Amino acid sequence: MNGQGGSFFSRLKAGLSKTRELLFMNVEAIARGIGPIDENVLSELEEALILADTGAELSHEYVEALRAKWRRGELSDVEALRSELRRMVAETLRPRMAPLDVRPPYPFVVLVVGVNGVGKTTTIGKIAHCFKGEGHPVLLAAGDTFRAAAIEQLKVWADRVGTDFVRHKEGSDSSAVAFDALRAATARGTHVVLIDTAGRLHTKSHLMEEMRKVVRVIGREIPGAPHEVLLVLDATNGRNAIAQAKTFQEFTGVTGLALTKLDGTAKGGVVLSVTREIDAPIRFIGVGESVDDLRPFDAGAFAEALF
Amino acid sequence: MFENLTEKFQGVLKTLRGQGRISEGNIEAALREVRLALLEADVNYNVVKEFTAAVKEKALGAEVLASLSPDQHFIKIVHGEMARMMGGEARELNLARRPPVPVMLVGLQGSGKTTSCGKLALFLQKKKRSPFLVPADVYRPAAIEQLKVLGGQIGIPVYDSDPGADPVDICREAVKFADLSGYDTVLLDTAGRLHIDEELMEELRRIKEAVDPGDILLVADAMTGQDAVNVARAFHQKLSLTGVVLTKMDGDARGGAALSIRAVTGAPLKFVGVGEKLDALEPFFPDRMASRILGMGDILTLVEKAQDTIDEKQARELERKLRKSQFTLEDFREQLLRLRKMGSMEDLLGMIPGMGGKLKEMKGAAPDEGELKRTLAIIDSMTREERRNVKILNGSRRKRIALGSGTSVQEVNRLLKNFQQAEGMIKRFSQAGTRKGARNLPFFR
Ligand SMILES: Nc1nc2c(ncn2[C@@H]2O[C@H](COP(=O)(O)OP(=O)(O)OP(=O)(O)O)[C@@H](O)[C@H]2O)c(=O)[nH]1
Ligand SMILES: Nc1nc2c(ncn2[C@@H]2O[C@H](COP(=O)(O)OP(=O)(O)OP(=O)(O)O)[C@@H](O)[C@H]2O)c(=O)[nH]1
Ligand SMILES: [Mg+2]
Ligand SMILES: [Mg+2]
Repeated sequence: MNGQGGSFFSRLKAGLSKTRELLFMNVEAIARGIGPIDENVLSELEEALILADTGAELSHEYVEALRAKWRRGELSDVEALRSELRRMVAETLRPRMAPLDVRPPYPFVVLVVGVNGVGKTTTIGKIAHCFKGEGHPVLLAAGDTFRAAAIEQLKVWADRVGTDFVRHKEGSDSSAVAFDALRAATARGTHVVLIDTAGRLHTKSHLMEEMRKVVRVIGREIPGAPHEVLLVLDATNGRNAIAQAKTFQEFTGVTGLALTKLDGTAKGGVVLSVTREIDAPIRFIGVGESVDDLRPFDAGAFAEALF
Repeated sequence: MFENLTEKFQGVLKTLRGQGRISEGNIEAALREVRLALLEADVNYNVVKEFTAAVKEKALGAEVLASLSPDQHFIKIVHGEMARMMGGEARELNLARRPPVPVMLVGLQGSGKTTSCGKLALFLQKKKRSPFLVPADVYRPAAIEQLKVLGGQIGIPVYDSDPGADPVDICREAVKFADLSGYDTVLLDTAGRLHIDEELMEELRRIKEAVDPGDILLVADAMTGQDAVNVARAFHQKLSLTGVVLTKMDGDARGGAALSIRAVTGAPLKFVGVGEKLDALEPFFPDRMASRILGMGDILTLVEKAQDTIDEKQARELERKLRKSQFTLEDFREQLLRLRKMGSMEDLLGMIPGMGGKLKEMKGAAPDEGELKRTLAIIDSMTREERRNVKILNGSRRKRIALGSGTSVQEVNRLLKNFQQAEGMIKRFSQAGTRKGARNLPFFR
């Protein structure tokens, strides 16, 4: 088998060049008076980013930037490397820290969208609780007329939080629900209307068109509304969240993001890619199933938890 | 998204294309592309490492198949290895025991447990079993109601769970009730929970202990990212899963979680959910899943078809002719016959990595079956000389050919135009390929 000799030779060559590279870098590092940093540390950081769903490409970008800084002698040791990476991630996301403020003219209309099971209905319950706590009268609209017992689920939240509630029968048109909710809110002087929608995969164009229609109907009834189109993303999702964000952006004009289920072990690193694709800030994070488990997004804390 | 990944695989092919065989020296670049594609498909980082190591070993040790080029061979190994990893064992439910057989559905919040319960009930009913649905989620608002509505939609009875009761008691009582009532399969819809929630994980273990289920199925979302391994491992450690249901496969997620989950649990993937409706449940096919994760469409089919239909000597000859611009209508005819053997042109082009986007621009050149027949008739009505030199086809010759083939002059003209297009297309392809040219085009291989 003559292939064997060749492969051994090429392995040897590869091994040698790797050693050469390491030697060179260490010499360089020592010459600059900084402690040698093992290549392994950089790969470990890259691995950690990937495991946090940051994506191979983006993770590589971050680590390359880090490597460049280290080569320039800006970083002295492993700890400095780590905290610099955290700082870089936090910097990327800091501009996306913008809480959702209820402001007149009332009603302030929030449409909540996203793929199936990400936590839309639950997040609505939590947001309602939060706004109610700030003294705003709130109305929940049961715009998910499709999923089994989705209306009842939202009703439980409305009762729990103590908000108004508008519903139609299961199977009815969700824009009609939205329309009625806006009428009711205007009549009653409600400050905030939170509209639930059925989960839908972004790939289903007829369902996305339906979503577009809901937005249109809302805007026709109250100029300038919806004041917020909140896209809910599930932190346990991987790279698919990017496609979700892009498509919902296209059909509904997303103005804010909520990242749920960060109480688990998933890190939600995909938002680093998502925020490259769409402009919306991250309004909230979800950290559990109860009414209090909602937090404003904090870039520093997020970066801290990422790896 | 799809195109994007197939293009990546075209990259894989390129690095191996034109090489004599897969070797230590040339495999690294290809493996790197595979690694990236798998990470982009959400396969867990560590699983990717293991997988590519296994592929490397296989690829280096493999007999070189004379009929495949190294790039095709490599892809075949990658795909085969992945399908093998996800396949194997029986993917049926374990129902062969004294009824009623409890089946537990477990998983993270929102993964699709309740919906999958409904789907499985319908599936079992179609198989002439008598399923019984049990809502054991007393936590999430209207979770019990949700299963009741689903049961109502398909006419399957649902246990009237007491929302104030302990889920363990609910399950135990419900199974007893099913036994007395003559139901043979009991689907237990448990609440969504985090794998790190010790109390709730313990609840599942107690349910398992109380009812001794035939199956414990982890319901996982196809969109799950890197975390899939942590989740699956924890559920498996606590419960010894017997299977996995992968939901929301009707979207465009590549579903790398399937490979991750399988790698850490060894539990077989039994079903996939492909929609919100209750009939949207399908058996799991390892082959299809591997293609999906790899994002390579039907490239394997292509490789196989190419293998069957084209022999190397002919391809060489053709390549030589192309080089010398000696591509004639006779060759065109031969190619058309081959294309017909391989399936339609569009299918074929769709199978070539990176060709997705070019498909549209080629639509005009793709013959359908009827057109193909007429085209062949036209060519057959020509003299040998005419076939070899289309330039001599003047008006009267064209008229004669149209008559002879039962077509019209317009059709003859169109064929000649198509031929010229094909000639141009083939030249472009062979220039776009490596120096070895058209040989690497699957249909010339
Ligand atoms: N652990 C955890 N669970 C959450 C969080 N947010 C929501 N959930 C749970 O996730 C599951 C799905 O939440 P829903 O609010 O029903 O999700 P949805 O997007 O409305 O779902 P559909 O309407 O069916 O598309 C429920 O079990 C919630 O309790 C969170 O931040 N952390
Ligand atoms: N498109 C699609 N949606 C699905 C599929 N399976 C479930 N869903 C949807 O996903 C959402 C969540 O499904 P559920 O069955 O409520 O999930 P669950 O795991 O019971 O949720 P919890 O009980 O809250 O933990 C719902 O909107 C379902 O309609 C599927 O295969 N495809
Ligand atoms: Mg909902
Ligand atoms: Mg459920």
